[in-house]
Amino acid sequence: MSILTYREALNQAMREEMRRDETIVLMGEEVGFYQGAYKVSKGMLEEFGPMRVLDTPITELGFTGLGVGAAMVGLRPIVEMMTFNFAILALDQIVNSAAKMFYMSGGQFPVPMVIRGPGGAAHQLAAQHSQALEAWFCNVPGLKVAMPSTPADAKGLLKTSIRDDNPVVFIESEVLYGTRGEVPEGEYLIPLGVADIKRRGKDVTLIAHSKMVFVALEAAAGLEKEGIEAEVIDPRTLRPLDTETLVQSVMKTNRAVIVEEGWPFCGVGAQIVDTLQSRAFDYLDAPILRVTGADVPTPYAKNLEHLAFPDKQRVIEAVNKVLYRQPAGGD
Amino acid sequence: MVKVLMPKGSDTMTEGKVLKWVKKEGDPVSTGETVVEIETDKVDMEVEAMGGGMLRKIFVQSGKVVPVGELLALIAKPDEDISSLLKGEGAGAKPEPAGSAAPAPTAAPAPTAPSHPVAVGSPAPPLAPLPPSEVPALTVPSPATAASGPVLKGSATPSAREPENGGRVLASPLARRMAQEMGLDLNRIVGSGPAGRIVRQDVERAALLHSAARASGPPWRQGLAPARGQDARATAGETPALHELPTLPRRPAPVPTGPEFYDEPLSSMRKVIATRLVQSKAPVPHFYLTIEVDMGRARELRESAKALNPDLGLSYNDIILKACAAALQLHPHVNASFQGEAIRYYRRIHLGVAVSLEDGGLITPVIRNCEGKSLQEISREAKELAARARNRKLNPDEYTGATFTVSNLGMMGIEEFSAVINPPEGAILAVGVVAEKPVVVKGQVEVGLRCRMTLSCDHRVVDGATGAKFLQTLKQILENPVYLAF
Repeated sequence: MSILTYREALNQAMREEMRRDETIVLMGEEVGFYQGAYKVSKGMLEEFGPMRVLDTPITELGFTGLGVGAAMVGLRPIVEMMTFNFAILALDQIVNSAAKMFYMSGGQFPVPMVIRGPGGAAHQLAAQHSQALEAWFCNVPGLKVAMPSTPADAKGLLKTSIRDDNPVVFIESEVLYGTRGEVPEGEYLIPLGVADIKRRGKDVTLIAHSKMVFVALEAAAGLEKEGIEAEVIDPRTLRPLDTETLVQSVMKTNRAVIVEEGWPFCGVGAQIVDTLQSRAFDYLDAPILRVTGADVPTPYAKNLEHLAFPDKQRVIEAVNKVLYRQPAGGD
Repeated sequence: MVKVLMPKGSDTMTEGKVLKWVKKEGDPVSTGETVVEIETDKVDMEVEAMGGGMLRKIFVQSGKVVPVGELLALIAKPDEDISSLLKGEGAGAKPEPAGSAAPAPTAAPAPTAPSHPVAVGSPAPPLAPLPPSEVPALTVPSPATAASGPVLKGSATPSAREPENGGRVLASPLARRMAQEMGLDLNRIVGSGPAGRIVRQDVERAALLHSAARASGPPWRQGLAPARGQDARATAGETPALHELPTLPRRPAPVPTGPEFYDEPLSSMRKVIATRLVQSKAPVPHFYLTIEVDMGRARELRESAKALNPDLGLSYNDIILKACAAALQLHPHVNASFQGEAIRYYRRIHLGVAVSLEDGGLITPVIRNCEGKSLQEISREAKELAARARNRKLNPDEYTGATFTVSNLGMMGIEEFSAVINPPEGAILAVGVVAEKPVVVKGQVEVGLRCRMTLSCDHRVVDGATGAKFLQTLKQILENPVYLAF
């Protein structure tokens, strides 16, 4: 066990896998010579050479298609999106090729590839570069979607994603790249579809993924001072979703608040609400509430940007509502 | 404009005392905030504002007792015209002393924390202390009270549920399922959630009350007097008949789900019990003396009294009380209390009689000046006080100031036990069951009627020999109750 940054953990996962399996290649903008736009692939060109670490032109649709084709003929490509905002350009290859090829070829062509890079909002990157698009990918049958929140989860999930025979959309977080945590050495695999309970509690279930896990944990710490024990669950993979862990928690706490950075309409939380109400209806003591990003393009102005995303206070307010509590000190 | 009225906290409440104004005139008040603390039969309660604004006028000052429904105060917008109410309803209230119409900071108590702070972590309204006097009733707040005036947290006055929400009872799915599993009628549960939604803790509370009500006997039995098993003292020494045992639920209890426990904030009575017993047990060095008394003659006395006057209903406990009074006269050192720098010997004998309440809790009404009272007077007074204790109709001076207490668990079949001294008293007598048992008399085994009594003594006041001599005397008197006639 060593202390690594989230960025180093991803790097370690890719290197370990590439050492283990020579069919694994990394391609994307600036992944080689520049060491990665966010330095996730630092040192990899040096270690694995230009045949396995490929700098591509600024052509997301093109190099994603290259990845799909490579996967169809036996390689296991990792395609890096500089950010997931640019994956919008590659959607045809992701949705229509990667996700469907195995199905449409009658099982002849599995597409074992990972499409990875940072998603979500960062700081003052404005509407086009600051958005959480995971719900789009979750909507597509044939794709798996992983979103780690900690360095250890980043390593364990990326290694598993690389080994998976399906296309995995692996969404990291720019804001989390520098965070540190204990990361198990060597063979550390986290199955896709297994949630992690980041904090145990009995009064309310907070469900959050990626950096919203830390907003939820912050809220849970605040609630603890008021005697409320919140359970914080990080699904870690949004598809497949570990419904069992979520349902078990809600059966215990009888109430849930979902925290997500993305837009509310048809968001990830909407899917989770559907799962919970159908699986745990008789255990719900309050409507499930969601704390989401605002239903607007992300504002550039700092003050407005701050208002556009979930924060500790909004989570606590939602918890108070599902607990039928008067907020402390308020009317 | 919102009126703050003296709430009806229970069926039996006819008047209440304003204890303390949490808000003073001119204070901003928001919905649900505690405005005033009141004292009912026994319990102190908070009255919440049913609407927001400014506390414009207080009509009834702290310390005053007024009937239920009396206008206590007005909450209104700062600029709202309240003159009509000042003349109208305010006229019914005591006129204010001149000059006190303006907010008088010295007269009005500073806002303080409510006396029942809601436990952190528990939702505020539903878990607020429940007035014990209404405990067995599963009812909803009176619509009139709810609509216009203040409500007590968790208050309940009998009335039918008003049709609302198109006749549909709002309940969370969980509450619905729990109510069904427990066999509770949602129509009879008060919802504490938004728009009166019934949520988990409402059902849990209703279930508690339900079981409490069931344990206290079937409804047809209540109100029959004198009901066996109802009067602790009257049945001292009698084992409850089989048919009086609480019936077990016929269907298997549902497998409990959800959290393994929940926290019920202390009622004010439970708080007092907790505080006082710790005050007693921690600093008071207790020791215990047990003696067995032959109650054969006491039984004869009871039977003779019954033949003489069947209505008297003399109990063993009445005889024990009278005997204690007589024994205390002979042993004034036991009728005493530790006062720090002195030991206080009481010239009067005020006997406390511990009375347990059906919904839990206990209270100790006091029979005063027992040294001068006949057995019949003590018996009558004990019965009357116990009945009022159970109905929460005791005045504070009727449950304070005892110099010695008798606690009897005989009716529960308890053979003997040790009681915790009720400070500042110096001793307490714990009385067990009066029961037939084999005894050895002159080498022969016979059937005897015996009762074991344990005296808990504050060793700072009562020494071992002192307590023992008192018990000896008590035993002699009870074994020769003719003494009580003199």
